[in-house]
Amino acid sequence: MSRIADAFENGKAFIAYLMAGDPDLETAAELIVEAQEAGADLIEIGIPFSDPIAEGEVIQQASIRALSAGTKLDGVFGMVASLKRRVRVPLVFMTYLNPVFVFGYERFFAKCREIGVCGIIIPDLPYEEQAEVKVVANQYGVELVTLIAPTSNQRIEAIAKNAEGFLYLVSSMGVTGMRQSITTDIRAVIRDIRAATGLQVAVGFGISSEEQVEKYSTIADGVIVGSAIVKLVGEYAKAAGPKVSEYIRRLKGVQRKA
Amino acid sequence: MNTGRYGQYGGQYVPETLMNTLHELEEAYEGCRKDPVFQSELAGLLNRYAGRPSLLYFAKNLTDKTGGAKIYLKREDLNHTGSHKINNVLGQALLAKGMGKTRLIAETGAGQHGVATATAAALLGMACEVFMGKEDTERQALNVYRMRLLGAKVHAVTSGTMTLKDAVNETMREWSSRVDDTHYVLGSVMGPHPFPMIVRDFQSVIGKEIRTQLQKEEGRLPDAVVACVGGGSNAIGAFYDFIGEPSVRLIGCEAAGKGVDTEQHAATIAKGSTGVLHGMKSLFCQDEFGQIMPVYSISAGLDYPGIGPEHANLHETGRAEYIPVTDDEAVEAFNYLSRTEGIIPAIESAHAVYHAVKLAGTMTKDQVVVICLSGRGDKDVAAVARYQGEDIHE
Repeated sequence: MSRIADAFENGKAFIAYLMAGDPDLETAAELIVEAQEAGADLIEIGIPFSDPIAEGEVIQQASIRALSAGTKLDGVFGMVASLKRRVRVPLVFMTYLNPVFVFGYERFFAKCREIGVCGIIIPDLPYEEQAEVKVVANQYGVELVTLIAPTSNQRIEAIAKNAEGFLYLVSSMGVTGMRQSITTDIRAVIRDIRAATGLQVAVGFGISSEEQVEKYSTIADGVIVGSAIVKLVGEYAKAAGPKVSEYIRRLKGVQRKA
Repeated sequence: MNTGRYGQYGGQYVPETLMNTLHELEEAYEGCRKDPVFQSELAGLLNRYAGRPSLLYFAKNLTDKTGGAKIYLKREDLNHTGSHKINNVLGQALLAKGMGKTRLIAETGAGQHGVATATAAALLGMACEVFMGKEDTERQALNVYRMRLLGAKVHAVTSGTMTLKDAVNETMREWSSRVDDTHYVLGSVMGPHPFPMIVRDFQSVIGKEIRTQLQKEEGRLPDAVVACVGGGSNAIGAFYDFIGEPSVRLIGCEAAGKGVDTEQHAATIAKGSTGVLHGMKSLFCQDEFGQIMPVYSISAGLDYPGIGPEHANLHETGRAEYIPVTDDEAVEAFNYLSRTEGIIPAIESAHAVYHAVKLAGTMTKDQVVVICLSGRGDKDVAAVARYQGEDIHE
């Protein structure tokens, strides 16, 4: 099974987010392969949730599309399992705590190990509440990725020291979604993180343009692009493959030169 | 710091962006709790602006007709803005102002909490924006206009099921984008710590007054305190002072909508299971994969798929009982209290009235039941008329 660290081994990492079940599970599976072939170094697979409080409009809509298409957790596991021979890059889940909690931590993470998912990102699980999840995830070889926000300030040190996988640095206040400009002093936050840990830092929330990918690939170890990709899936549905591929290829190209 | 656990329930399940803000809020609140200046300022507002203490009214007609325990009504409907919501809102608005915030945001279901927040913002000279499910803005149009009159901006939330749950999601999203000058005035004993504690403390004035007033009237404790439960703020407010009195039965009435054996209800305790939503671990109406289910009640204020974590724990430990009451039963009580006592209750409170009257009938004449009449029913008149087949326009 690939490890999260593999994603950072060939220079800066390009992390792509796709929603499982959007527009349906079969298409989502093909999009994951397309994303890998286009140069994504790690892929976050969103498990749709009815109440995604950290998401902006674009990913909220994708959740609704996926749930309306009948996507259920067992279907997501089946879809990811079907990719085992085709996907080399590390895969992590991104979802909210409730679907994991209700399925049962033991069952959930045992399933992750079985299908080759090596990490999980849970935006509504802050550092203080992680223990109950982390201990079980780690038993099954799944790393719990923690987020750091522009408001984390004096919390950074404790979070970073206990982090694993990579650190997900939230670029801006608010929810996910494309932004014209990011006003947080990312450089300063990364400096604080680096003082506490040697773990890689990837910047996400609001990143969509070539300029942003170039800028944040220079100062961080990777960038995370979600809403911009999901928006293409929303527009082109089953025909989104070439569009997603072309978009990631272009941004990964920019990143390679950065 | 305390992470606000009630047994296994509670906690702080929110995005990292909000964590520092929650810690600052907790710290500021702990300061205010011990600060005599804050406490006297709040007491002054509650007494001279909101009209506290609210009456504890002996409902003689209701009692005579029922022929059982004496029934008292705790008249939260007589508070300024027409419900118990003002108790919490004045406390949080003062707290926020003390923290240097200039803008209040809030979710609202029936509109009572939104109106109370808009009122406090107007009084204290703060900006106010209220998030309300689009469906609720339609069934509570009068309250939308009241909020606008008070200077608040009302956002009709079109995500998800377009009701209270989605209004909470949207208010949380808004707060996470702007914490510097903004306080989220959460309206119930729910959400991440410290909200369930703060809201409970500000609402506990209800139970403290019940104790004092009943002591004066009857020289004793009540045998039962009955309140409706959505998130559960008026109920916890009425219960809290009596939790340590084992002789007092504490009974919460949740919305059973068209019945707990249908799919159209909001009966979290009867039908829900443990989960995590809106910052708290508690009981929720959800499916086997943890997707939150659409809930239904005639009452917009009880139309919520979860319940506050302290209630979940009071249920689990058996200290409080929770009873589902249907739309039909609530409307029956709405009509009955109006005709018997000349008091039109909020449709939310009517859920408690229905069960309390039934219960009083099984009790003896020397016993006492107190109903928390959490709000007045003016806002529900058109909806109840429609429910009974009369299309009237507000």
